[in-house]
Amino acid sequence: MAKVLVKGNEAIAKAAIKAGCQCYFGYPITPQSEIGEYMGRHLPELGRTFITAESELASINMVIGAGTTGTKAMTSSSSCGIALMQEAFSAMCCAEVPGVIISVMRGGPGLGNIAPAQADYFQALKGGGNGDYKLIVLSPSNVQEAIDLTYRAFHLAIKYRNPVMLLADGILGQMMEPAEFKEYPYNDPDVSEWALSGADNRPARNIVSLHMPEGALEELTNRIFEKYELIAKNETTYEDYMLSDAKLVLTAFGTVGRVARAAVKRARENGMKVGLFRPVTLSPFPDRDLHEAAKKADMILDLELNKGQMLLDVRSAVFGACPVEFYGRTGGGLLTPDMIYSKIEELYKTLDSKKEAGVR
Amino acid sequence: MADMSVIISGFGGQGALFAGILLCHTAVFEGKYTTWFPAYGAEMRGGAVNCAVNISDDEVPSPIIDEADAVIALNEASQAKFENRVKSGGFMIVNSSLSRLKPKRTDIKYINIPLNELAHKLTQPAFVNVMALGAFIEKTGILKLESIKEVMTEMAKTVSAKKAALLPNNIECVEFGANIIKNQLVTV
Repeated sequence: MAKVLVKGNEAIAKAAIKAGCQCYFGYPITPQSEIGEYMGRHLPELGRTFITAESELASINMVIGAGTTGTKAMTSSSSCGIALMQEAFSAMCCAEVPGVIISVMRGGPGLGNIAPAQADYFQALKGGGNGDYKLIVLSPSNVQEAIDLTYRAFHLAIKYRNPVMLLADGILGQMMEPAEFKEYPYNDPDVSEWALSGADNRPARNIVSLHMPEGALEELTNRIFEKYELIAKNETTYEDYMLSDAKLVLTAFGTVGRVARAAVKRARENGMKVGLFRPVTLSPFPDRDLHEAAKKADMILDLELNKGQMLLDVRSAVFGACPVEFYGRTGGGLLTPDMIYSKIEELYKTLDSKKEAGVR
Repeated sequence: MADMSVIISGFGGQGALFAGILLCHTAVFEGKYTTWFPAYGAEMRGGAVNCAVNISDDEVPSPIIDEADAVIALNEASQAKFENRVKSGGFMIVNSSLSRLKPKRTDIKYINIPLNELAHKLTQPAFVNVMALGAFIEKTGILKLESIKEVMTEMAKTVSAKKAALLPNNIECVEFGANIIKNQLVTV
């Protein structure tokens, strides 16, 4: 199929439908409202369910309801709307309920503004829900990847019975670019073993997030964390752009990744050995691979549209293998290829002198 | 030319956003990379709207444009707002029917075209946005006039009969826009 011109938000919605999403529950918020609009237009035509919920809290709890029956369901929102869903994410992880959440980040904190931002990395990965839990978090850098990762989100949610978040930003949501809608490429596992389908001719099932008997919660949490280990082993992905001989390695996620790639390309044209390490799965984070890249590099430069959030995971992965610098903007401020290139030039000059001085 | 960035701006209803989409579709038609990015949210409610379009032979790093190779200003407010966002050596197409501002810069070219007058004389209803695109395409050579006509013809097949009936007007406007530059009907 040929490439078509499509807006990021609509691409995500269309991909969700192609992935077999049966139910959409959402409450409008800029910069992602086109997802709900698209779903409202197309899901009823297909005999599927679209509900404008009364709040974000209601949306995500409707996703839980649908998810317990093994139905592919999703919601979408932005920063302050996602904040309201945190309690439900924790419950979903505990009760092992699948579901897909699209988070299209805008400026924060507070109601913030509607400009693109990346300041909800912590919210997605270290989020405000209670207890030991993890979302699977995928980070697209262009519209094509938004489509492909939406497919993947639905598959992973069902495969691992865990909520999956697609973490995009206002740039990706609002922009149009050419992309291709391939067919949904995954075979999803059978859900009949666990899904609530009515207890005719079988014992009743109970999907809950309350585990009162002594030791029950620890046992459950340990089992869920074994699952997270398995997810990390099987599903971790990242983009390697010119890393093999890179002295300066950039780390960036989402749309900053594509901007950084252009800066790397220009640096290479000017003889600087620079590469890009872009996590595609933020959770599980590709920490081992980043550590390997850091061992071969003289310095890491982490780039984000926030005050330094992925930076903590980058530092933890690098674990002292080389120095880590940070460059970012926040509140809707953006990084351009020129700005990143200037930073590369500035840091690259310091590499040799630092090495001579034995600074690590 | 390998790549081109343009900001298209006007007031709601002039078709600035649609002109950008049309340009992108034409770029896709020619197998180029392209991005479109609108001013979104509160700016949509009446007042001014604008979009940023990149066209390139290579992947586009960022859809957001700080300084554009060109600006198409469909009204006076757009000229005032984006005059400083044209790269030195770039150009600005100004709809002089709706702007009486004197040029502020000497390092960019101003192409003043009375788009409303010309378009309304040419055909009813008239499409100033499409006429501006014709001029832009002819001026830059980044895309072919034939391609945009082909794209408009294809698009007309996907819309209502009422809208599709306006295709000849659109074609006339885009051709006329190109002719303005080709035949130097205005000072370029």
